[in-house]
Formats: sequence, structure tokens, C-alpha cells
Amino acid sequence: MSLLLKKHPALAWIALVVFASLCSLAVVWAQKNHAPAPAAPVAPNEPKPKPHPVTIKPGPATPRLDTGLKDPTGQPITAACSTCHSTTTPNVARNSAHDLFQAHRGLDYAHGSLTCLSCHNAKDYDTLHLADGRGVAFPDVMTLCAQCHGTAMRDYLHGSHGGMNGHWNLAQGPRVRNNCVNCHDPHHPKFPLVRPVLPPRDRISVPTGH
Amino acid sequence: MNDPTPASPKTSCGSGCSCASAPNDEGNSTRRSVIKGLGATLGVAAYAKALAPLTELTKETSMDEFLQKHYKELSKEEIATVIARLTRETKEKYGADVTISDPKPQEGVKFGYALNLSICNGCRKCAEACHLENNHDRASHQSYIRVFEMSKGSMDFEKGNVHYDHPVPQPDKYYMPVQCQQCEHPPCVDVCPVEATWKENDGIVVVDYNWCIGCRYCEAACPYHARRFNWQKPQIPAAEVNPDQGYLSNRIRPQGVMEKCTFCLHRTRNGRLPACLEACPTGARVFGDLNDPNSEVRYVLENKRVFVLKEELGLKPQFFYFFDE
Repeated sequence: MSLLLKKHPALAWIALVVFASLCSLAVVWAQKNHAPAPAAPVAPNEPKPKPHPVTIKPGPATPRLDTGLKDPTGQPITAACSTCHSTTTPNVARNSAHDLFQAHRGLDYAHGSLTCLSCHNAKDYDTLHLADGRGVAFPDVMTLCAQCHGTAMRDYLHGSHGGMNGHWNLAQGPRVRNNCVNCHDPHHPKFPLVRPVLPPRDRISVPTGH
Repeated sequence: MNDPTPASPKTSCGSGCSCASAPNDEGNSTRRSVIKGLGATLGVAAYAKALAPLTELTKETSMDEFLQKHYKELSKEEIATVIARLTRETKEKYGADVTISDPKPQEGVKFGYALNLSICNGCRKCAEACHLENNHDRASHQSYIRVFEMSKGSMDFEKGNVHYDHPVPQPDKYYMPVQCQQCEHPPCVDVCPVEATWKENDGIVVVDYNWCIGCRYCEAACPYHARRFNWQKPQIPAAEVNPDQGYLSNRIRPQGVMEKCTFCLHRTRNGRLPACLEACPTGARVFGDLNDPNSEVRYVLENKRVFVLKEELGLKPQFFYFFDE
């Protein structure tokens, strides 16, 4: 190597020039790469606009029973649950409506091993109750559901359970979320079978599995 | 045909009589001219047939459209002119007043989608919402989403059935909606010979429908069957045309070009949720910004059992599937 350089000193100069140009290129490249870096942390310091709200649809209004009668203006006459239930004796063991002959006939009930009074409040039939006996108004039913369905509630709170509408980016617009009972019938929470819509009519078929 | 002296066709009967020679010559020329005429007619017909697309072109394609530059080369003024022309043409062809926008990717946002296979019940409402939102051809039930009915235990959607038509969910099945996976390394982009399709900064693979030549290479390259070809001019009644349109997404596509799911970029780039998510009656779909550590989709990725389709291909889909239990 040294012999070669002695023979051709110009080679050393060429090597030096190449090395120098590579160095300057590297510096330029490094500057290019590092230049935008300080710009990034600036953005989060800017005042963030107040995010739009996430609204959860309210639960059902306090139910009333249709008596089948009409008032003089033609409006149906309804009665509060407590109207009848104030005169009946609560049956804590009741877990089905199949043998009822007055109200609640035909109620399709399938919700685990729960009884009516697991959720309905025998002290005030116009409300529901939590496991510890505290009353809950019908529109706040999600608190009640969450007692048993903790994992579903956890996912719901993280936005990975339950349907929604509106904006993914709350800086740009609001979001409306479904309540538990918008999708699940509390007396029969399992989804019913549905007929699928819009069968595909592809001209080029994909494997059909047949 | 069985002439004993075929080398001298002029003396056709061989006996030297004058009877056969003249009429036979005449017969030959008649046959020739008939064949010539036939050939010429066929040639002209084939030529006319071959040129037919050109007449279609002049009917359906304006000179402006023919000379339009690639989307990425259009200046702001040029894209405004193009959009004005497309709006006018939609009014002429479909009788619908539409607004075509060209929303750009949001800074620092990368879209991700997650789908909960434990809850999807296969109702195909997402496919229907896509069909309506994205101005798909009505008769062909076109949609960017295919829902596969899968046997429990199988993970290979190639063995799934998309043509099921019975109440769902069936007890021994689960349902897997498949749409564009917005791959990190999209093979459809690699194969496009004219660069009519590319991946944008927010992760969405888009198509410039006015640059696409309709060769369908991308359709063949996509392992998720996510791309669709417009065999015909889409037919949509004026009242059903979705007027909120994007140049790179749901504007009505011309005949003969490819199209694909764009995560509804005309909605999502304006902060809205995709149409398929809003339509889902079970809440199986989770959409958001993968770069935001507090987003819903990040929660799924960090806390659920997540997988991607055909992971072994190394395309890094930005569409994830997960199970609850």
C-alpha cells in the first residue's frame, strides 16, 4: 500500500479528495435528517382545541303500561309500574313470564339465571336496583349492566365495544355512542338471528367453499 | 378436383374440346371474387369492430379528460378544473348534483382498522353501507366488503363462503368481513404499470380513476380479493347518488377502471368514522389513528388477541382482526 503511494503520490491526493467529499456529504445528510426533528415537539405545545363531546344515548325512559283504554283526546291511557305493583306481593323467585295471565304476557325472557327482581326494584317498581340495593333510574341502566358485564364495560369505555356514529377525531366533531340496551334486549340479551342483506353478485367469483 | 391433368388447368376436361374451358374460367373467377368480397367484408367488419371503442371514447370521454395529467402532477388550479368538469359530467350523466372534494391526509395520522370476530354476526350491513356510500353499481350489488362465512376452527378465508343466504349467525360458523387491508407493502401498487395507484401518507392506498388503464394487474396481485373492476358504467338512480364525494374515493367511477376501499377517505380525512363502522349493528368495528397511543384502535392492538390475514406474505396489513375471549 505504502509502496503504491510512493510510486503514485497523486493517488493519495485523490483519496483525500474523495474522503473529504464523503465527509461533507455525510454532514449535509445528517443536517437534513436532523433539521425536521426539532419541529416535531413544537406541535404538541400549541394550544389544543377543546375536543367535541362523546354522548352516550340515554337508556329507556321509565316504562309505563298501556292499559288499552283511551282518554277523551284519543291518547292511550298508561299506568306506572307501581300502580299495579303496589297491590301485589313481590315474588323474588319468579324468573319467567310464561304463566302470567295479566301483564307481561308473552315476554320472551332469557337472561342467564337472573330473576325479575335481580334488576327490578321491589321497593320502587318505577326504578331498577343495583346488587347492593341502591335504586337506579331506567335511563341509567348501564351502571346496572356493568355490574356483571365488567369486561364488556371495560371494552366499551375504551371504545372497542358497542356501535357509534360521528367522528373518530373528536377535535373535528362529536360522537354519539349506543347504550347497552340500544342493541341488547335486557330480557333477551343474545342477538336474534337476522337475515343477511345484499348478497354478492360478483362477475368474477371468489371461492365459495362448496 | 379430380382432374387428371391439374398442371394445365386451362384444358380442364383433357379432351381438347372447347366446352369446359370458358365456363370453368368463369367459375374460378366467380369463386375468387366471392371469396375476395367475403374477405373484404369480414376485414371491414373486424376493422369497424376494432375501432368501435374509439367512437365510445369520443362519446364518453371529453378531450380534457383524455389529456388530463396524473393526479400527483395536477396543480391546485388544475385539480379544481378537473373537479368542476367531473361535477358537470355527473350532472349530465346521472342527473345528480354532487360536491367532489379532494381531502388531503392529516398530518401525523395513520389509519388503522380492527374488527371483532367474536361479535360480527355476518349480517352484511357493512357491505350494504359501503355499497350506498361509495356509489357502487346498483344491479351488481358491488361493495368493497365481502363477508366470508367460516367454519369454526378454520382461519383460511379462501375456504369461506360469501354466498350464504340463511339466517345468521349459524351456531357452527363465524363471519369474517374482508376489505382492503391497506398494506404497508401493497403488491397492487408494485404491479401497476402506469402508477395509477399508490399509498398515501395516512396509509390509504388510492387509485386515480382517470389514470387507470384497467389492466387489472392489481386485482390479480391482491391476495385479499380487495380490488374491483368496473365492467360497466355504474348505474345509480339520481336520487340514490351519494353527493358527498372525494376525487380519490367515492366519486362515480368510469367504466373500465379499478376501484377499491379507501377507508371512506372523504369522511375519515375530515375526522368522521367510515360508513361501514357506523352501519355495524353489533359494534364489531373499531377505527382510529394508529399513531395516537390513546386511540380506540391502539387499545385493541395492545390488549386483545390480534391477528392479520395472510401474515406470512409480509405485506403488513393495517387492518386487524381480534377475538374477545
